[in-house]
Amino acid sequence: MTSITLSAYRAPELRLPRLLAGVSYYHPTALAEHEELYGPLPLPGSHDNTGRRWPESLIDLVERSGLTGRGGAGFPTGKKMRSVAARGGKTVVVANGAEGEPASCKDRLLLTRAPHLILDGITLAAYAVGADEAHLVVHGQEADLMASLENAIADREVLGVDPVPIQLTGIPARYVSSEQSSIVQYLSGGPAKPTFSPPRPHERGVKGRPTLVNNVETLAHLALIARYGDGWFRSVGTPSDPGSALVTVGGAVARPGVYEIEMGTPIGQVVMMAGGPSERLQALLVGGYFGAWLPAEFAWPVPMAHADLRAVGGAMGAGMVIALPVTACALAETARVVSYLAEETAVQCGPCMFGLPALADTLIELAYQGGWGQAIKAIATLVPLIEKRGACRHPDGATQLVRSALTAFAADARWHDRHGPCHGVGRAPLLPIPSDEEREWDWT
Amino acid sequence: MTYRLRVNPIACSAHGMCAELLPELIELDPWGYPILLSSTVPASVMDHARRAVDACPTMALLLEDATGPPLLS
Repeated sequence: MTSITLSAYRAPELRLPRLLAGVSYYHPTALAEHEELYGPLPLPGSHDNTGRRWPESLIDLVERSGLTGRGGAGFPTGKKMRSVAARGGKTVVVANGAEGEPASCKDRLLLTRAPHLILDGITLAAYAVGADEAHLVVHGQEADLMASLENAIADREVLGVDPVPIQLTGIPARYVSSEQSSIVQYLSGGPAKPTFSPPRPHERGVKGRPTLVNNVETLAHLALIARYGDGWFRSVGTPSDPGSALVTVGGAVARPGVYEIEMGTPIGQVVMMAGGPSERLQALLVGGYFGAWLPAEFAWPVPMAHADLRAVGGAMGAGMVIALPVTACALAETARVVSYLAEETAVQCGPCMFGLPALADTLIELAYQGGWGQAIKAIATLVPLIEKRGACRHPDGATQLVRSALTAFAADARWHDRHGPCHGVGRAPLLPIPSDEEREWDWT
Repeated sequence: MTYRLRVNPIACSAHGMCAELLPELIELDPWGYPILLSSTVPASVMDHARRAVDACPTMALLLEDATGPPLLS
């Protein structure tokens, strides 16, 4: 068992790891262990590590820290908290631990190994926005995870750590069910499907009340910022993207897994943290299935940060990097993912429920049978018919992936279109897609 | 005052009335769902826009005051 002990009650000297500092390979960090590592939960009236009375305003502190959401969108957390708090009245806090991306494991790692960091974050957020209801949402089908979180919450209840009781809810493990409006609708008694917005959750959320929805990693960062301050948080990362982040590295690398990086770490260095390429690489999928393909050499020096990735047509997403070897067919991989995304439509909006299957079929044909000179043209017609026409960003995420594939692999696509499938289509699939047994089809 | 059109894509079930009544601003995609050619509504077609909004069987076409925040929020 390896765990690095931080000196309790003061900011750790070590730059990284932060979130993963106390994580054991074998078991979740118990409450006593957690408090020994990080000190007790700082709530109003207590003093922070420098002896100052803490905190005049947690929201100010979070805003100064520059923390952004770690669920994908990267929205400033302090601003989101302020907009909920400004609505006043009884508000609701929701921690989103329903990791919908098949290629991402970072939320699961935190939930199974460092649950008390997340639970601390929920209680702090509830205090900051004046909530009297707090939820932790995970996939309902993961019975072991649900049980271990129930235990962690019960341990805290005995000691009265959380003034607002934290309710654990299991939601359907559908791709779009982890979208914030889906969770809000589910907690209000409806199906776990996205809703038409505005109104957004901070305006009308769970049961019509202003609701703060944050990713569980974001809340874990909040638990550390409350203890060690905004200056500490900013001491790693870049000025525009401060702090650390969890990333999941997969595909053709020597040691796939979850790594904690400084925001702004070059993508190539992230791949090297995971043991480096296990084969010669052609491209990296950065940001998950709503992210973008980037040619490997081009991506290597690009910093893992929201602004830098947006500038090259990519997205940070929930921090995934998947390495694609030269022997694989990028079009086949993309086609399989788009087929999966098409099956995961909530069947609510026409352009998504009709457009995504049509796009997926055309991609499958292009990749596995060849396009007869028609497929690229067909894709170019379909993509604008799908984009920005759904209630949520599900269809847009899929088209962004397709756009980036046709940019990064333009020559391959032309070859497939004219001559038929390449040798790479015979290779075993690389990008993970849940099997039919693992998948859930219900919305309630 | 300027107005803008918005489609609630969840409510819309491709009846296509809007494209009949407001061809100046609305086309249908291959599956029969509306594509807005422009979201702002010129004064000259305001009457047609109102009629299209009223005629939508699922109340999915929304006419909102573009000068302020979306009325629906």
